[in-house]
Amino acid sequence: MSCCGASPGYGSLDEVSRLVSSRLAAFLRTLRDSGFTVGLAEGRDAAELMTAGYAAQPGLLRSAFKHLLSARKSDWEKFDGIFDAFWLDKRVRSRSITTASSKAANNPSLKTLADGRRDSGQTAADQVPSPEDGGADRGGEGRMEGASLADNLAEVDFRRLADPAQIAQAHEAAARLALAMRTRLTRRDLARRRGYRLDLRRTIHGNISHGGVPIDLVKRRRKEKPMRLVMLLDASGSMSMYTGVFLRFIHGILDEFREAEAFLFHTRLAHVSDAMKEKDAARALDRLSIMAQGAGGGTRIGESLQTFNRWHAARVIHSRTVVMIVSDGYETGDAALLGREMAALGRRCRRIVWLNPMMAWQGYSPEAKGIKAALPHVDLYAPANTLKSLTALEPYLAKL
Amino acid sequence: MRNRDEIAQALAASGYIADGELATAISLMQLLRRPLLLEGEAGVGKTEVAKALSRAHATELIRLQCYEGLDQSAALYEWNYQRQLLSIQAHRGDDPDEVEEQIFSEKYLLERPLLAAIRRATPPVLLIDEIDRADDEFEAFLLELLSDFQVSIPELGTITATTIPHVVLTSNGTRELSDALRRRCLYHYVGYPDVDREARIIMARVEGASASLSLQIARMVEAIRKEELRKIPGVAETLDWAAALVGLDVRDLHGAPETVHETLMCLLKTHEDKSRLTREVSERLLGKVA
Repeated sequence: MSCCGASPGYGSLDEVSRLVSSRLAAFLRTLRDSGFTVGLAEGRDAAELMTAGYAAQPGLLRSAFKHLLSARKSDWEKFDGIFDAFWLDKRVRSRSITTASSKAANNPSLKTLADGRRDSGQTAADQVPSPEDGGADRGGEGRMEGASLADNLAEVDFRRLADPAQIAQAHEAAARLALAMRTRLTRRDLARRRGYRLDLRRTIHGNISHGGVPIDLVKRRRKEKPMRLVMLLDASGSMSMYTGVFLRFIHGILDEFREAEAFLFHTRLAHVSDAMKEKDAARALDRLSIMAQGAGGGTRIGESLQTFNRWHAARVIHSRTVVMIVSDGYETGDAALLGREMAALGRRCRRIVWLNPMMAWQGYSPEAKGIKAALPHVDLYAPANTLKSLTALEPYLAKL
Repeated sequence: MRNRDEIAQALAASGYIADGELATAISLMQLLRRPLLLEGEAGVGKTEVAKALSRAHATELIRLQCYEGLDQSAALYEWNYQRQLLSIQAHRGDDPDEVEEQIFSEKYLLERPLLAAIRRATPPVLLIDEIDRADDEFEAFLLELLSDFQVSIPELGTITATTIPHVVLTSNGTRELSDALRRRCLYHYVGYPDVDREARIIMARVEGASASLSLQIARMVEAIRKEELRKIPGVAETLDWAAALVGLDVRDLHGAPETVHETLMCLLKTHEDKSRLTREVSERLLGKVA
């Protein structure tokens, strides 16, 4: 087969039979659906590889495609399965889809959450004009109620929100709050960048044309890096009444804010930043329901933290990181392990904030052995069961 | 050197024992002219790939070590400003335009790794080490360089690459790299080698290590990696340990359990790990090694 080495153009696609090229396009689509970032240039190179004789050897083609098309460790690990399913017809793909959906069904809290969110999103959109339309008919009372509702909502425990409209409203408020916190944190960082020192070396360098007389001064700014927020959200059954609001909150914070990462845990840990970066909140939650694979068998906070410390901490945590754990602290695993991992986490990051929605419940005291083991390592232990208590966090985070 | 078996052989001849997939990656590097991004735990031999590649190609290795705050003047070029100042002093009274033209000429230009890499007569291997330590801005700049292979120096004009270097990037994952850079590169994840490959690495790199000892060491290290450690030993540590054992004249691990335990410091780099691998544990692990 002939091949154009220096400039792989679309011309090389002619070499691949039309059938193969459409198969290839379908394969690239499958990869994109699985979260790979594959661009046009990669597609072109993939086609070139097929014309260059790789197509005849499936093993070699797989290895070549794997290098070309994966971009990170997670891609690297799942590539072989996807490739085999697609090209070698090993039926892994269909199996993985059914397991994913059945796992999602096993975890009703998230699944229903996503569906519920989508529904309430629609109703909210439908209802927005209604106060104006029906305002005249209902008189001033309706409006008053609407206004005071927002105030009341600030103090209402999230689990007491029953009405879908109310839930939607709380979600919106959480997202808005996250947005406000994000921008304020960022702006504060910019203001701090003022103040400079003279960069002597560059000043002299820049003024060589003036005979070394420093006319144009070059200043050196201190480069500040923004604080990073890493959020670990407990998505177990006991937290199901709160996960919805917190997911919205996290989604708001992650949205275009580069220095933030989010993880979800129940019996295991899942990195959800990418899924959460989906612009549309309902779609983001939908993707999450597929990712969550907990079977609803309790909460293994210690083990999840261990996974986090082992595999993610080095990457997502630096010295300016605040780790925010949202959990009720009901540990079904080993509490001693939780204590150890909290200590290890504490050594790495700047602050650990533990938000426990149950804390504000009447008669609640941190009796659960999990929370007892964790508390000594926590810098701030706060309730976060209402929008008001969530707002109260902001000054604390801004101070760091 | 296109075929992947040839590549594996050439790498082996230069002291790097590659697995088949890495050889494929290197053949693709040449075919598609894309940079190769290597990711993996510290100490699995990512940097060694570039070194072996340069030996196999019999070409120069140009290394750019990245760090926070790395900028173009340290990575690309810098004017030799002391010399420029001297020249200005020496030509005081001459036509200023002429002086300026002179001091911004090639003679006063200091090449830094990236510029050096694209101006060689034969394509060198350009190793951009620990790219995750550099800032986002530098990464964006690098991406531009890696796609166009040309550099513009305001005072001199645009410099186009005379040869396209073989580019190898490594990352430890301390920061998430941009999607654009990842897409531009071929990706290879370097894992810990299996027992067989690690034994062959030991034999290739440690003088005086017999086949049976190398295999024992590789098995022992594999067992240690399965323990719950804070810092898992990499290939570099294995080689240190093997060199230590050979240096202490150990022929068989079972014959010298004391020495084995005492030299474990070559593998374990934190106090916590050291105290976890007690004498009993090391003897138990040694017992499993055939």
